[in-house]
Amino acid sequence: MRKRKFDRAAVPGKLAGEVDDRFKVATPLRGVLNKVFPDHWSFLLGEIALFSFIIVVLTGVFLTFFFDPSMREVTYNGAYAPLRGMTMSRAYESALQLSFEVRGGLLMRQMHHWAALTFVAAIVVHMFRVFFTGAFRKPREANWIIGSLLFWLGFLAGFTGYSLPDDGLSGTGLRIASAIMLSIPLIGSWVTSSVFGGEFPGEIIMGRFYIAHVLLIPGILIALISIHVGLVFIQKHTQWPGPGRTNDNVVGERMFPRYAIKQGGYFMAVFAVIAFMGGLFQINPLWLFGPYEPAAVSSASQPDWYVMFLDGSTRLMPGWELPIPTPWGHYVVPPIFWPTVVLPGILTVLPALYPFIEQRLTKDRRIHNLLQRPRDVPARTALGAMAISFWLVLTLSGGNDVIADKFRISLNAMTWAGRIGLLLLPPLAYYITYRICLGLQQHDREVLAHGVETGIIRRLPDGRFVEVHQPLAAPGHDGHADLEYSGWVVPKKMNRLGALGPAIRGFFFPIERPSEAPVSPAPQVTGTEGTQRREVESGRR
Amino acid sequence: MSTQTERENVTETGIHGPTSSRFDVLREGAALDDIEIVHYEPQFAVPGGKTERRVVRTIAGFFLLTGLAATVFLVAYIWWPWEFGRQDGAQWFTPILGASLGLALAGLAFGILTWGKKLLPREVSIQQRHTGGSSEQERRITGQTIAYLGEEMGIGRRPLLKFALPLGLAPVGLVAAAPLIGGLIEDPHKNQIPGTETPELYTTGWNPAYNGGKPVRLTRQDGTPIRPEDVSVGGQMTVFPGIPHGSSNEHADSPTLLIHLRTSDADQARAANHRAGREDWMYGDYIAYSKICTHAGCPASLYEQQTNRLLCPCHQSQFLITDNAAPIFGPASRPLPQLEITVDDEGFFVAKRDYTDVIGPDFWERP
Ligand code: HEM
Ligand code: FES
Repeated sequence: MRKRKFDRAAVPGKLAGEVDDRFKVATPLRGVLNKVFPDHWSFLLGEIALFSFIIVVLTGVFLTFFFDPSMREVTYNGAYAPLRGMTMSRAYESALQLSFEVRGGLLMRQMHHWAALTFVAAIVVHMFRVFFTGAFRKPREANWIIGSLLFWLGFLAGFTGYSLPDDGLSGTGLRIASAIMLSIPLIGSWVTSSVFGGEFPGEIIMGRFYIAHVLLIPGILIALISIHVGLVFIQKHTQWPGPGRTNDNVVGERMFPRYAIKQGGYFMAVFAVIAFMGGLFQINPLWLFGPYEPAAVSSASQPDWYVMFLDGSTRLMPGWELPIPTPWGHYVVPPIFWPTVVLPGILTVLPALYPFIEQRLTKDRRIHNLLQRPRDVPARTALGAMAISFWLVLTLSGGNDVIADKFRISLNAMTWAGRIGLLLLPPLAYYITYRICLGLQQHDREVLAHGVETGIIRRLPDGRFVEVHQPLAAPGHDGHADLEYSGWVVPKKMNRLGALGPAIRGFFFPIERPSEAPVSPAPQVTGTEGTQRREVESGRR
Repeated sequence: MSTQTERENVTETGIHGPTSSRFDVLREGAALDDIEIVHYEPQFAVPGGKTERRVVRTIAGFFLLTGLAATVFLVAYIWWPWEFGRQDGAQWFTPILGASLGLALAGLAFGILTWGKKLLPREVSIQQRHTGGSSEQERRITGQTIAYLGEEMGIGRRPLLKFALPLGLAPVGLVAAAPLIGGLIEDPHKNQIPGTETPELYTTGWNPAYNGGKPVRLTRQDGTPIRPEDVSVGGQMTVFPGIPHGSSNEHADSPTLLIHLRTSDADQARAANHRAGREDWMYGDYIAYSKICTHAGCPASLYEQQTNRLLCPCHQSQFLITDNAAPIFGPASRPLPQLEITVDDEGFFVAKRDYTDVIGPDFWERP
């Protein structure tokens, strides 16, 4: 018998064969490797949310090894001298230990907090991009609803986590949360005493918050994020309109290698930023707040930024109590019920149903895979601006005591400014945004019809001055170009047309470009010049 | 690889063609998934030229930076002093860790991104979406299959099952819910001390029931009792019920603000008390109000002497002390409850009885 020679080069192929024998993956794997992804910077926002979520989970697991969510009363005797001898909950003590007595614990704690803040911020901006570009339209309504659930889950995750250390600030937040539950008509007192296991604060709440924060909420988040991203995968990502791009195709790069490598790079970039922040910028220095005491002063105490709008709505609400006399007794609905239960309720349901509301109003039930520029849908864009201004007024009002203090304005004046601003600014934002959208639209059409401003002024024989325009296409019968607006950027500067060389790019070195731009039916996704130059050609065709 | 590869070329060669390169196979395979690679162009006009070598060196530099920064992280983690309170640079521990970790990851990020963006060929591929659901035929087949499933089960033909099934399953669902709800539920109206009138929603540590039926003393946080002279004119003090654990979170609704008013203000406050039928609730010029805001339960603790207003820092409700602590601004709708105080035989402040109004945030059935 001949001894089999060991062939190194054949090993991977053989191994792959063995795997495929068992799992039959060759065909689906090919599909995944080659799947085409469109590219645009705004598509990265969802990824940033995803990456920061992964970082939150990684750092959070580290924290669980040291944190003890117990309300047991202990006397502090740790490394941080100013608090020695104070009675506090074991939860607070272990959070202090994590900060001072676990090597690298402070870095992990701060990275966890920064990553959580980035997570919610990325979700919000991602949601804006999905909204303003119309990416939520049929067939993606389900992903929009899942997305809005993800926002509220992220919100809850943040709130429960913020409460866990049981410091002076978070205890106050928890107290307010109990008041919010208490305000629910009919069942409020039952809900509160059931959640807290008796009277506030009780002994059990931290344990319950803890399991919600580290198991229930992350579990649901992971499940929903998987579905969310899975749906993007199955339904294929939307794309911006442009030459060669239709409602029925995707123009971009194959997932492997270029797209995937770039995603890996961006993940590392997000990770790097969060590591820098976790090491260099202090966040939630809970040793300064002291343990939670129901009687301790807590002026200028601010929650995390994404909770501030609720704080603001609570501050702006006038003290209107709704009495409900019944034959069985006199009942009340306290004022805090409206801004903290009803408002978030509306803010959950209404946005989640927005795709269907829009469908109803526009009677547009077609499938849309091409995005819209915000200016082309003035009503929706204006509505979004209205919502953002509403939210901004509330968020600023959540810090109105700090603003009043810093700028020496009376607090009561700030409150009134917030109340009036909340009613006035949103409609104003709607109107202004609508007008801006129309103006931008008109300018696009103007350039398409008359051409690009060249900056060259010509004096006519009769003495008038006119600016020379470079038409984008050969003039039609009426002397104007008959270019159709294609839903994408219209070139408005001469160098966008290649009349002047493209601006030199590159940080240290000018990036050398091939002298002849490659001809392809679709734009390069990274460089914008290429895109627009081709846009013009397509118009000429 | 050609800059502009023509499609016919591929079809001619085919996957098994003698001249088919790996790229040809890839391209043909992509076509199976309705993907057309319409543009595929190397980044560099001259392969291995100066530009390319520079990009490669840059990427290598980034990766080496990562290695260096990661080493700094490890060295600092092991040898840098870190125990809190040390004077020899321990305060730099976390910043050094964060900066080195950040640098390591940033090097990785830039290295990878440069690789992907500057080295890999540029490409444009087009994939067909096939949106709009399945074909009519597929829908019909699946629809019929499901409909037949119902027939097989025969629910329509067997009405008894139609009723028995939901009737049987409904209680099972409730079985799942029962322990959850039943275990969690707590009656907010139950008495805290058995045999006494102390429903937790309406009782605070000032209830004599906690003190063997005797009036409860006003004490400091450390439990020491308070004499009138301990609070100067215009001054205030946070007091807690003088019972075991009186200042702990067990009695989170008990903290009270004891204020020594100036005489003119005290007269006003007394007159207001009088109008509200609170004869003798003050002791001399001393008045005591709950410190727990009636809005959402924060400590309403910023006392403005000049205006006699008490400001809650959470949502800026303001209460007028000389008018039964009525809310005069902000979202609170209810006055702060007043504690009826006097001085016992030994000269210490005591609460005559528990609060008669409910402490803290408002709720549906508040009496
Ligand atoms: C946990 C938070 C979230 C994560 C991790 C996440 C992640 C992602 C990712 C990775 C994508 C694909 C890339 C992109 O288009 O950016 C995506 C797409 C999408 N997301 Fe999210 N998202 C989150 C929250 C939300 C929210 C709050 C909404 C809106 C209410 C939303 C709605 C959508 C929609 C409709 C798409 C499809 C977009 C398209 O195909 O153009 N997502 N999401
Ligand atoms: S808790 Fe005092 S104003 Fe809201």
